[in-house]
Amino acid sequence: MATQVDDPRIIEFDVRTDEMLVNMGPQHPSTHGVLRLVLRTDGEIVSETTPHIGYLHRCAEKIGENITPRQWIPYTDRMDYLAGMNMNLGWALVVEKLLNLELPEKARHLRVLIVELNRIASHLVGMGAYGLDLGTFSPFLYAFREREKILDLFEEACGARLTYSYLTVGGATADLPPGWLQKCEAFLDQLLPVIKEYHTLLTSNAIFVRRTVGIGVLPREMAIDHGCTGPVLRGSGVNHDLRRDGEQRYTEMYDGYAFEVIVEQDGHYPRDHDYPPVPKQAVLGDCWHRFYVRMLEVMQSIDLIRQAIDRYSTATGSFGEPVKLTEKLPKGEAYMETEAPRGQMGFYIVSTGNGAIPWRARARSSSFCNLSVTEKLCRGCLIADVPAIVGSLDVVMGEIDR
Amino acid sequence: MSRGRQHLSEMVMSGEAFLEQLKSKFGDRITGANLTAIDPWIEVAPEGLVAVCEHLRDDPQLRFDMLNCVSGVDYFEPDEKKAKKLDWDRHVEVVYHLSSLSNKTSLVLKVILPRWKDDKPGQLPEVPSVSGVWSTADWHEREVFDLMGVWFTGHPDLRRILCPEDWVGHPLRKDYEMPLEYHGIRGR
Repeated sequence: MATQVDDPRIIEFDVRTDEMLVNMGPQHPSTHGVLRLVLRTDGEIVSETTPHIGYLHRCAEKIGENITPRQWIPYTDRMDYLAGMNMNLGWALVVEKLLNLELPEKARHLRVLIVELNRIASHLVGMGAYGLDLGTFSPFLYAFREREKILDLFEEACGARLTYSYLTVGGATADLPPGWLQKCEAFLDQLLPVIKEYHTLLTSNAIFVRRTVGIGVLPREMAIDHGCTGPVLRGSGVNHDLRRDGEQRYTEMYDGYAFEVIVEQDGHYPRDHDYPPVPKQAVLGDCWHRFYVRMLEVMQSIDLIRQAIDRYSTATGSFGEPVKLTEKLPKGEAYMETEAPRGQMGFYIVSTGNGAIPWRARARSSSFCNLSVTEKLCRGCLIADVPAIVGSLDVVMGEIDR
Repeated sequence: MSRGRQHLSEMVMSGEAFLEQLKSKFGDRITGANLTAIDPWIEVAPEGLVAVCEHLRDDPQLRFDMLNCVSGVDYFEPDEKKAKKLDWDRHVEVVYHLSSLSNKTSLVLKVILPRWKDDKPGQLPEVPSVSGVWSTADWHEREVFDLMGVWFTGHPDLRRILCPEDWVGHPLRKDYEMPLEYHGIRGR
């Protein structure tokens, strides 16, 4: 039985909502650590998002100007704790740039191998945690199952499972143990079919697609303007990857490696024929695209590791002996960015030429810039979409707060 | 396929030609340069910074569309004995690392400021904000303000970003001392 209402304004008054400030975090499962978002909401609609960061600030830069660069390597581990190897590499390379140090060929292939393996581990967590954000638990467990095997490999190589401090100024702290390459290859063989499972679980899952397609669209101009990098930038259709476009000191590591930058062209991604197609409703730069770029980068890294294993096992020379702990730094300054899983991780070192301790050590965090677009992306979205948007940026708070 | 980002001096034009072009356009607002450093840099006077940045971003040949990093460096030696041996004067530098995605070039800009405005300790030195040129500068400048104590005039929302809002002092200054206590937590 339908009720008759004389005056429609009465109903409007009844369901009228007031603006409310909702505090999300810093202890919130879907904010990836200690991110705090203050949302100004009107009913379900978010009109304003203010991120508050700094809950994990550990004065890394101040510490860096009181110890030598090699001693700072463990601190870089703790910035992006999901990709410690990539952080080590970024800092090691910039110090090598200042010292004008050339590495033996074998050391470079070792670095590619290790760094790309860590990229897979990092993207697996990104994928699994993104599933959690959207309310599905199982992909997280699948992702951690595979990541565990990568951590086992790392443990065998350097003794640590999370904060490695393995790649260091001058090369690496040790060579890979005998038999390690075979184990790594076996792992890659086993990982390939599993990737398809992930695509079934998430990429083509109807609920997942509904939750991510057309949400949080980041246009390419906005991405560049905000300094977004990595999968976030490529998800917006910008063909830019520092492994190809970076500084020579970095790109020469990848010289001779065959790989394509994962970016959408005419509705397709490179080598996506085995995987679900781009949904029709998907808009370039939305959450789905950012997620998909990450998934395909796992494939790209598998290819790169296979090539690195071949090159490493035939390369001559040493794995790269680390420089002295108190290697004297020349006067000067150097800045360099590398392609970490979350984007371009930059390090800046300034030395006044007095001893081994730098005058200034600065880290330019990729997640820091990526997170700064949330304010614009979340304007006008639903509360439930906020975790979907923040999750798709795949931020790590340790790196943002340093 | 060309690989690798290059310094501007090797790509669009030579470093000297670029510097001359900037100097003819901006005159004495370009206050210095070092083209032989590892990362060649150009020094800009604070009052000309925004105009130079807009030119670098909008010039069809240069197109520095991305601001990678803004950092502050404090040149101050608290130890007087050591300070006597140094070959530089006390100052604060704000360093801008730019890059161009389309040209694959990079550039470093520097602004040199006094440690304190009018030499009065506690008065922050001022530099115009470039957050209107690149949005990246918004958060980066907040961070430099928070940790290094540089006031960015014209910034839309200049407040602390990593430290709590009621924190005293700017930790990356070389003469910074940890507070004795903060809300009942012992500092040192």
